[in-house]
Amino acid sequence: MTEAGPAARLMRVTHRYGKVTALDDLTIDLPAGRMIGVIGPDGVGKSTLLALIAGVRAIQQGSVHALGGDLAVTAEREARRGRIAYMPQGLGRNLYPTLSVFENIDFHARLFGQGGAERRSRIDELLRATGLDPFESRPAAKLSGGMKQKLSLCCALIHDPDLLVLDEPTTGVDPLSRGQFWDLIDTIRARRPGMSVVVATAYMEEAERFDWLVAMDDGRAIATGTPAELREQAGQPTLDAAFVALLPEAKRAQHREVELRPRVTSDDATPAIEAEGLTRRFGDFVAVDHVSFRIGRGEIFGFLGSNGCGKSTTMKMLTGLLPASEGTAKLFGQPLAADDMETRRNVGYMSQAFSLYTELTVRQNLVLHAELYHLPPAEIPGRIAELLARFDLEGVAGERPDSLPLGIRQRLQLAVAVLHRPAMLILDEPTSGVDPIARDAFWRTLIDLSRDDGVTIFLSTHFMNEAERCDRISFMHAGKVLAVGTPQELVRSRGAGTLEEAFIAYLKEAAGIADSSDVPAAPPAAAARPLPPARRFDPRRLWACTRRETMELLRDPIRLSFAFLGPLLLMLAFGFGISFDVENLKFATFDQDKSMESRQLVEAFSSSRYFDERPPIASADELDRRLRSGELQLAIEIPPSFGRDLMSGRVPELSVWLDGAMPFRAETTRGYVTGLATQYAQGFAAGHAASSHAPEPVTIETRFRYNQDFKSANAMVPSVIMLMLIVIPAIMSAIGVVREKETGSIANFRSTPISRFEFLFGKQLPYIGVAMGSFLMLVVIALTVFAVPIKGSAWTLLLATLLYVSATTGFGQLISSFTRTQVSAVFATAILSIIPAVNFSGLMVPVASLSGGGRLIGTSLPPAWYQPVSVGVFTKGLGAAELWPNLLVLAGFFLLFLVVAQLGLRKQEA
Amino acid sequence: MAGIATHVQNILRLVVKELRSIRADPVMLILVAYTFSIAVYTVATSVKLEARDLTIGIVDEDRSELSRTLLGAFGPPLFKISRQIGASEIDSEMNSGRLVFVLEIPPNFQADLLAGRQTSVQLNIDATAMTQAGNGAVYIQQIIAQEIANRKAGRETVTSLPINLVVRARFNPNLDSGWFSSVMQILNNITLLTIVLTGAALIREREQGTVEHLLVMPVTPIEIMLAKIVANALVILLAAVASLVVVVEWALGVPIAGSLLLFVLGSAIYAFTVAALGILLGTLATTMGQFGLLAIPVFVVTQLLSGATTPMESMPTWLQWTMRTLSPTPHFVTFSQGVLYRGAGLDVVWPEIAKIITIGAAYFGFALARFRKVIFA
Repeated sequence: MTEAGPAARLMRVTHRYGKVTALDDLTIDLPAGRMIGVIGPDGVGKSTLLALIAGVRAIQQGSVHALGGDLAVTAEREARRGRIAYMPQGLGRNLYPTLSVFENIDFHARLFGQGGAERRSRIDELLRATGLDPFESRPAAKLSGGMKQKLSLCCALIHDPDLLVLDEPTTGVDPLSRGQFWDLIDTIRARRPGMSVVVATAYMEEAERFDWLVAMDDGRAIATGTPAELREQAGQPTLDAAFVALLPEAKRAQHREVELRPRVTSDDATPAIEAEGLTRRFGDFVAVDHVSFRIGRGEIFGFLGSNGCGKSTTMKMLTGLLPASEGTAKLFGQPLAADDMETRRNVGYMSQAFSLYTELTVRQNLVLHAELYHLPPAEIPGRIAELLARFDLEGVAGERPDSLPLGIRQRLQLAVAVLHRPAMLILDEPTSGVDPIARDAFWRTLIDLSRDDGVTIFLSTHFMNEAERCDRISFMHAGKVLAVGTPQELVRSRGAGTLEEAFIAYLKEAAGIADSSDVPAAPPAAAARPLPPARRFDPRRLWACTRRETMELLRDPIRLSFAFLGPLLLMLAFGFGISFDVENLKFATFDQDKSMESRQLVEAFSSSRYFDERPPIASADELDRRLRSGELQLAIEIPPSFGRDLMSGRVPELSVWLDGAMPFRAETTRGYVTGLATQYAQGFAAGHAASSHAPEPVTIETRFRYNQDFKSANAMVPSVIMLMLIVIPAIMSAIGVVREKETGSIANFRSTPISRFEFLFGKQLPYIGVAMGSFLMLVVIALTVFAVPIKGSAWTLLLATLLYVSATTGFGQLISSFTRTQVSAVFATAILSIIPAVNFSGLMVPVASLSGGGRLIGTSLPPAWYQPVSVGVFTKGLGAAELWPNLLVLAGFFLLFLVVAQLGLRKQEA
Repeated sequence: MAGIATHVQNILRLVVKELRSIRADPVMLILVAYTFSIAVYTVATSVKLEARDLTIGIVDEDRSELSRTLLGAFGPPLFKISRQIGASEIDSEMNSGRLVFVLEIPPNFQADLLAGRQTSVQLNIDATAMTQAGNGAVYIQQIIAQEIANRKAGRETVTSLPINLVVRARFNPNLDSGWFSSVMQILNNITLLTIVLTGAALIREREQGTVEHLLVMPVTPIEIMLAKIVANALVILLAAVASLVVVVEWALGVPIAGSLLLFVLGSAIYAFTVAALGILLGTLATTMGQFGLLAIPVFVVTQLLSGATTPMESMPTWLQWTMRTLSPTPHFVTFSQGVLYRGAGLDVVWPEIAKIITIGAAYFGFALARFRKVIFA
């Protein structure tokens, strides 16, 4: 039972996004136990209001109470999370596309800590009630828009909320599914009369069936009451008209009725569009099945059909975006060719999903399109000003589209589509999500274009009043055209009262739905469930996150195989490729002496395995040129009287020139050269001169420890493991959080009781698992391919690796929680992990030899602490006794990253 | 109407759009700035691949004048840490990696030496420190030999070698590895940033569906692709040149031997090549997550096996051949070393440029074929 008092109460709430005011000193009580509709144009603050009530947006100013709790108080807000459900705007925004219908709901159930048996029975009940039960195992991505919304609703209802907040749940959903959706809500409300529902909607006909309405404009409530009260207050017969009448004077003046004018028949008999047997297959699936139709010039032709019936695919084929599998299409009598630029200039297209640049401003988007269509430069400013005015975009010309409400974005898309004055417009659900007033304005434009300029308009829509305005319409279902005709003809043909009834009758017939099974039987009322006490930490919620992330990973075979194959390939490449053994140095001699002694000297070099002799040098110029070209790494210059001087003890000079471009190589070469020359000289001295050399009084015994044969692999392979286990795991986990921000499923984190720790750590676990798996594979390669043995304690290595990959995946998540886009997350992770891991972590130079910034960067990240463990255990034969400080530091990094990542991740949107 | 002029106009307009997109992401710009400034500087100043900043511990069981002299001989810049330790500390100091070298001087070292008895010192080397162990040992042996020779100099004449060996390093007389690593870091940055920026620009268009919109306009896929390549390569190229002039030449004081203009030309060709690679990778992945996992290993391999980190000659022949055939990076590294260090002109480096162009053309062809395929799918 709900408390007495309103479901939600807002007191003097103001909310701003930059300069734009979304809510302006709003005070309102939403009564409990009712179905409340929030109506109003786009950008008046409906979504903000709903998000505040649901507690997913932080309050800026004023106070918001929901279910009797002050949402500004964290404890009260968290206590109410389990009783509020929130469904964000957009089709299936809070669903996980690769998860099945059942798994999506199951995930939500787990977030609310429900046990196995309870989950099963609740999910079954919801699936039956929504008619989704036959599709239980279908991935969410493959559902139609209507089904997605039903599934989202199931997810929202899984925990029997007392307050259900739905943000435009039926936008972009076909009329049949829309009807089913609201019937479903009614059924559920009949079962749980205490539940309050708050819905934002752009469909006035839907608002008619709500109990109580809030009409909003400019961040304020302009009227509240039952639909009847609102109509009465405005003195208008329909809610649509009533809403317009309630608007302030200035806005009302902008609104004019849409006036249909008769079509001027064109003299040109060639149809604008002629489709013959158009078919498109995706694998086995036939999206469009032998569709034929003709659209005359200047005609407004409407496409109606359920979601996923092939409307968009047909339109894409007509724009040349998709090649047809079969059949032909002609535009203005010309067969459609993919590369025909002239056709493209004749067509304006608007896709269903927003497809303009969110990183460009409204004006920049328009300018870009004007230029790409080669409008004369002098005309561009005027044309853009005209469009900004006509589509009421002047106020937002400098804004970026992602900060604008859906409806305004749609207006921008239309402005772009008509910008180059095409002879034909192909518009895929152009008014989806657009408010009634803007829609009417939009239609006036379309009618002007059609009637005055003879533009042919081919559009798809879910609004019946729009369909009625078309010259002819076509009903589509499952890839087939069911009927074509004028709206009146189609109504008559089914003997229906309205176009909607006719349409639904056609659809039901095609889908084989009998009328009786339409509304599912009301499921039995669930037993009242005591609310579980709010727990700060619940392992079940953490497990829910882990489980879901794992499933998503398993269903992305590309990502999964890269995760394992990437390190393997890199390991092989590096194990063979990175070597500090300097060999095969190319040298040539500039022998000006050509005596026996000089030849012996050259012989000493060419017989060494370190050197590789090239053709001799003939001149000083050649010496310079060949060094400069990089062909030679060293050049030996023997002076003219070398042999004679040597024999006569005059100590001739032997000049050796090194290529210093790569200092490490040059330095090593210098060592070799000195050694060889000394050897030669000593040999010469021993053989010739009387001045015998006494044995060196001091011998220096060098002991190469750990790696007696001084093999690169013994040092490099363990270091490369260090590199692999930061780069790949960090990149994987870096996507985790930010992807949810981009797709919108982060809403589930914000609207459910899951804590930041449960969410982050839960998502991290699968990546730790993957990283440990690839670690084991790397070890196997190290042991077998590179024959690098583990001399020390394998258990220490295993533990250290576990801590290390926990830290590195945590590093990725840390970046993920602070970035806004996946691109910047990947970019940041790559740069912030690769440069230090390669340079400052002991791979090239021991950390002890680093100084300054490099040392600071190195020691502030985990790789520099893991590398000594990896090398220590593999090559130095160490164990926990020596390495425990490193293990402690690694554990510290893991905890630190986890804590800091939580700071970057907010439970509420700003 | 159609013609080269239209194509060029379209590409230019799309380039402007791409540049605006890049500007719109401040995180990205900050990261680009960071990698070309702080990262280059830090790598150049703190990572010394030549034997420098070595760490040595000395176990002095002799405690004679000679052993103290030896102790003092290990100073900067060759040694960063040189300190006396006890015999019992050898293992822990070397195990932890705090010291790479430990020299043990036995008791009676000086006395034995003076008495002309054969004696020996022991040098322990951590052979897991690959860049230091070999060269460092040579230096330490030379230092010891020198000190002992000095010691004896007063007492008997030292026989010198019958040859006067003069070894000079061209192009980097002091063999300062900062000269090398700073420039190589810039090359690595060009590779990494161009691949990621370009590929991400494509993935973003595909994920947001904007590429669909572009394709219904009178622009061709090749224009779209070229615009992405040009815009992203341009940004990186500008940053690289600025970094070379400001960070490398001015702040680090590394002289640039050759023509900057020639380097810019070669880098532009290279940047276009890796940008095409970025597009290619962007068409192979469908999401940013996949792209990251694909692009990063590709980058790491091209970087570490290009001669920019370790000598190309040390790699097995088959691997050298593979890298030189598949990757433009080894050629770009050779080109850059030639121009920037050795002052080589176009007459010398043109074969490398030709190879980069050939590989680039192949990448571009593949990328274009894939690009058409995936955007129409």
